[in-house]
Amino acid sequence: MTAQLVVDSLSLNFRTRHGTVQALDDVSLTLGKGEIVGVVGESGSGKSVTAYAVMGLLDDTADITNGHINMGGAEILNATPDALNALRGREMAMIFQSPRTALNPIRRVGHQIEDVLREHANIPARELRREAIAALARVRIPDPERRAKAYPFELSGGMCQRVMIAMALACSPAVLIADEPTTGLGVTTQAVIMDLIRDMSRSGDMSTLLITHDLGLAGEYCDRIAVMHAGHVVEAGPTEAILTRSAHPYTRQLLAATPTPETRMDDLIAIPGSLPDLRRPLPVCRFSARCERRQPICDEPPLAWAQCGPDHVVRCRFPL
Amino acid sequence: MTAPATLLEARKLAKFYPVEGGARGARLHAVDEVDLVVGAGESVGLVGESGCGKSTTVRLLARLVDPSSGTIALSGRDITEVSQVRFVRSPDRARIQVVFQDPTESLNPSFRVFRAIADPLKRLQGLRNATDIEARVRRAAELVGLPLELLQRYPHQLSGGQRARVGIARAIAVEPSLLILDEPTSALDVSVQAVVLKLLAELRERLGMSYLFVSHDLNVVRLLCSRVAVMYLGKIVEIGPTEALFTNPRHPYTAALVGSIPDPARRGDPRPRLDGNPTSPIDPDPRTCRFYSRCAKSADICNRVMPLLRTVGRDHAAACHLA
Repeated sequence: MTAQLVVDSLSLNFRTRHGTVQALDDVSLTLGKGEIVGVVGESGSGKSVTAYAVMGLLDDTADITNGHINMGGAEILNATPDALNALRGREMAMIFQSPRTALNPIRRVGHQIEDVLREHANIPARELRREAIAALARVRIPDPERRAKAYPFELSGGMCQRVMIAMALACSPAVLIADEPTTGLGVTTQAVIMDLIRDMSRSGDMSTLLITHDLGLAGEYCDRIAVMHAGHVVEAGPTEAILTRSAHPYTRQLLAATPTPETRMDDLIAIPGSLPDLRRPLPVCRFSARCERRQPICDEPPLAWAQCGPDHVVRCRFPL
Repeated sequence: MTAPATLLEARKLAKFYPVEGGARGARLHAVDEVDLVVGAGESVGLVGESGCGKSTTVRLLARLVDPSSGTIALSGRDITEVSQVRFVRSPDRARIQVVFQDPTESLNPSFRVFRAIADPLKRLQGLRNATDIEARVRRAAELVGLPLELLQRYPHQLSGGQRARVGIARAIAVEPSLLILDEPTSALDVSVQAVVLKLLAELRERLGMSYLFVSHDLNVVRLLCSRVAVMYLGKIVEIGPTEALFTNPRHPYTAALVGSIPDPARRGDPRPRLDGNPTSPIDPDPRTCRFYSRCAKSADICNRVMPLLRTVGRDHAAACHLA
C-alpha cells in the first residue's frame, strides 16, 4: 500500500512559562491510501498535537527536535506558509474538536464553506454557492439552503459540528485529520457521520486519521490503531490485534476501563495513577510509574519496539 | 422480588417554553406529559440525544424550574404545590441533589473544596456549629475518596477526577434520598470515568440512595441502572428493565439508538441508520407520533393517532402502535 502520510520519529517540545513540555517523543505513524487509522489515548497523550503538527498548525512555542512528516510526497515540517496553504483543503483537511471556536462567529456558515472552496478548489465563482449547499447536504444537514445562511450561534452544537465536517470534506481531501469529529453529537448522528467518513475512505481516495478517546468507535471504524500515552506511541497494529491481543499493559488497562455492552461493574478496572508531568525529567518508559509489570531494567534505555504479530508492534520490554 | 417503595413519582410532567419571534402563542414542548417513577434504592437511567428533553426533565425533577403542568411527589407528598423559589427553603430541598455534567464549570472557582462541600450543609441543613460542619465535610470527602489535604485547594488546583469527586461529595453531604446524575462522566477520560462509576456504584450500596442517571453513553447506563427510560422529543417512548430494553428494544427509536452504539464486534457490518432530523419541538401535531418522520416502520395510523405508552412485557412499556 502506498503511504499517503508518514510521521517519522517526531519529537516536539513546547516552551511555556512553566518550563519545557516534552509533548511528543519519537512518534511514528503511517496512513495508507484509503485507510482509516485511529489514534487513541487519554487527554494529554499527544493525539491532538500530532494532528496539529501534520497540518502545519503549530505555533512558535513548539520546538521540533527531531523527525519528518511527509504528506503525499511533500515535507511538512520545513514547508513555507504558502506551500502549506497549497496543501490544505485538497491534500489535507482537518475536522477540529470544538466547532464553536473553530468556526468564524461573524460569518454565515455557507460563506465559510465557499471561502474554503474558493481558496482550494477549482470551482467557477457562480457555482460556489451550489457546491457549499451540496457540501452541507452531504453531512445530512436538513434544509441546507436555509442553514447556509445561518451564523454559527444560530445552530446547535451538533449542527456546527456537521458544518465543520462539511467544510473539511468540501474539497475531497486526500488526507482527512479528524480530531474527535463526533464529540458532542448523539450516537445516532455519530453513526451517520462516521459511516459517511468510512464510505468516502472506502470508495475514493481519502485516507483518514481518526483521533479519538473512544476505543469502541476506533474499534468499529479503523483499519489500524495506534495507542498513545504521555507523548509516546506505545502500541500500533491492526484493529483486531489491538482489541483482542493487545500487548502493552496500557492498552490492556484502557480496554478494561472502557465499558462495552458486555461489561459488568466488577469487570470495570480503573487505571491506577495518572499521566506523568511532561515538564519534569521523564523515565525511559513513560508508563512505568503506572505499570504492574515494571522491572528495574525498564528504566534503562533504549525503549525499543518489539514485533508481536504481523504489522503489530509494541514499545515494552515485557509485553503481554 | 417485591417492587421497592416509591420514592419519586412524576405524573404528566410537562414544560413548555414560549418561542421568541415565533407565531403568537407558539410553545416549545421541551417535556411533554412525562410519567416516571423512581423506587427507593433504585437506579433509573434516562437516555436520549441532545434536545430530547433530558436536561429539562432533570431540572424539573430537581425542582430547579417550575413545571408548566403535572405533579412530582416525593415519598407520596406533592412537592410541586410550592413554587420553585419557595422550595429552596423547604426541608425537601436537601432530599434531591444533583451532580452536574461538567465538574469544572459547576464548581465555584473562588470556593475552596471545603467551602464547596460545607455550603449546602449550611444552607440546606442549617448547620452552624463549626465542629459539626467540619465532621460532615470530612465524612463526605472520605466517602468519595478525596484526600483530606485537598480540602484547602481551589478547583483549578485539582485534576478532572478530583473535581468530579468534589461534585459528588457536595451532593451527598446533605444525605439526599435521590441523587440525580446529569452526564457525570462525559467530561472525563475513560480511566477516570471507570473510577467514578465504581465509586457511584459503591456509594449507592453504602448509603441506599436512589439514582436517576442521565447519560447519552448507553454502555455506561447499562452498567449502573436496573431500569432505563428512553426519551425522544420531550416524551418517554420506551421504559423497561435494562437488559430487556437493550437486547429486545420494542420502540424503533430505541432500536436505532442501541444499534448506533459503536461496537467493534459489528465492524464493517452495515446497519440501518437513523436518518434525517427530529421534527420541530415547537407545537408538534398532537395526533402524530413524534418519531413518524424518521421511522422506517411507520404505518398510516402513526400519522393519525399519537401512540401512548403501553405494556409490551414485564415492567416494560413502549409508545408505538407497532411494538
